Amino acid sequence: MNIIVCVKQVPNTNDVRINHDTGTLIRDGVDSIINPDDLNALEEALQIKDSRDDVKVTVLSMGPPQAKNALMESLAMGADKAILVSDRAFAGSDTWATATVLASAIKKIGDYDIIFCGRQAIDGDTAQVGPEIAEFLDLPQITYVMDLEIQKDKVVATRSFESGTMVIESRMPVLLSAIKELNHPRFMDIRRIYEAHENEEMFEMWSAKDIEVDLTQIGVKNSPTKVYKTFVPTREFSGKKLTGTPKELANKCFNEILHLNIV
Amino acid sequence: MSNAKVNQIKDLSEYKGVCIVAQHQDSKNLPISFELIHEGMKLAKKREARLTVLILGYKIDDAVNEIAHYGADEVIYFENELLKDYSTDLYTKTVSDYLKKNKFEIVIFGASSIGRDFAPRVAARIGTGLVADCTKLDIHEEDGRFLQTRPAFGGNLMATIVCPNDRPQMATVRPGVMETATRLEEKSVVTLIKPDIALGDIIAKTLEIIYDKSKHVSLADADIIVSGGRGMKNKEGFELLEELAEVIGGTVGASRVAVDEGWIDHSRQVGQTGQTVRPIVYIACGISGAIQHMVGISDSDFIIAINKNPTAPIMERANLAVEGDLFKVIPELIKEIKEHKGMA
Repeated sequence: MNIIVCVKQVPNTNDVRINHDTGTLIRDGVDSIINPDDLNALEEALQIKDSRDDVKVTVLSMGPPQAKNALMESLAMGADKAILVSDRAFAGSDTWATATVLASAIKKIGDYDIIFCGRQAIDGDTAQVGPEIAEFLDLPQITYVMDLEIQKDKVVATRSFESGTMVIESRMPVLLSAIKELNHPRFMDIRRIYEAHENEEMFEMWSAKDIEVDLTQIGVKNSPTKVYKTFVPTREFSGKKLTGTPKELANKCFNEILHLNIV
Repeated sequence: MSNAKVNQIKDLSEYKGVCIVAQHQDSKNLPISFELIHEGMKLAKKREARLTVLILGYKIDDAVNEIAHYGADEVIYFENELLKDYSTDLYTKTVSDYLKKNKFEIVIFGASSIGRDFAPRVAARIGTGLVADCTKLDIHEEDGRFLQTRPAFGGNLMATIVCPNDRPQMATVRPGVMETATRLEEKSVVTLIKPDIALGDIIAKTLEIIYDKSKHVSLADADIIVSGGRGMKNKEGFELLEELAEVIGGTVGASRVAVDEGWIDHSRQVGQTGQTVRPIVYIACGISGAIQHMVGISDSDFIIAINKNPTAPIMERANLAVEGDLFKVIPELIKEIKEHKGMA
């Protein structure tokens, strides 16, 4: 069984700060991490690998050359192979263009039973690349997967939605997207860090040429959606500050609440 | 099957009108449907165009007749027994087939977990861009383009996105953010369509749907929210908030930290990755106010922050910043309210 896990290297958005004078992101000192939901996707693939002896896990990412770090971490967690698709032609791709590139790379990898993605990346929060890959590859999909069972030639997944869960069955090959409720990602294995660095064939870098992608559908120029402008959310303040003993605070606070006519 | 392509349209002016895709559950329209109609009407008016509502299901006449009272020009009801429960395959096919034949300028979906499942597939199938989880929609005053604004980088930055060369311009809209359309006496035209779908079109099949009532806490509708963060320290801390919520008639919410720590269920999470709320009063207890949290509460009418730390970001943004130990202030507050209500 072949499983391809799509991962993205992202800035840790919890650490991102804004320069309010220029309205730009301050990325200095911000760690790059593997997108959290993608770690759940990888963990699930590795658990499937642990439970049977015929599983190969390939991790795939599109990104700049430094995204190799994320892929080396994936190998150190237990993946068998890592592929980075990287090319200047991909820069500035929106979800359509990114999914086009990843779908082309997956076609080149060829044999697969499960494509696993994280639900969404913390820098973009779109949750669109997974379903768009599925559409381009004409695959069924199950998103927001919180529980997964592999049966003979099919998967049965529990999918979370706002009012509960749905149990969904699909044939393979299938595309699945993971949410954090699915599992607890493991840590890297020190021995595997060495192994990944010593075995160069475990990591490959592919360019646009290597994956035969349609160049009219990718990159900043051909992406259907474009950034028109960005701005920092405004933060107006006209509040009141209260200090005092707990009793005084509670009393003043209560008087304010009374003015709201809700009690 | 060959894939659709973008950047193929020669005459953008062939595409006219605004379309929204409604969502329902148990034959009842979900609030997002009325929010989409409100936005759709605003956009259609600016484009001097018609508003069409699409609704998919089986034996949901009540929901269809109700949604026809909110000002759309037309409601299109796709009825088929196979559409009774949500299916990625069938919803994608039904909506895509319709959008291929009917050239809309703008199509909007709810950014619920369902909308976010099939809107990207529709976009990929018909060959257009899609902007996720928008919190503001508008029309460019000069060139008439659809301006789709959404938070990025965890809400640290807002981005306005356009889709200049492809049609329809498509977006998903974050539930609970937009205003709700008003019910009218007059009723839209309802058109019934029997979609061309068959059992064989279902590849991922829903075996069972389990409704979890505890998950059904709608913070989006709550007028009073008592919310806790890292400062609540543990599960027991949230019991104090439950008590305050009960006496004040509110609902308990939480920050991401509190949910990640396992002190309270994920369904209560407020903020960028949780729910967006718009209560009359939001009482934030022991919440520092990371930007990811603030984007989810910015539509609250009145924010009260109770925090030991006067420099916590939320203290700078609350309407009322109460500097004190919440474990001492909240019990006193509960006492005050009980006395006022004659409960003591």
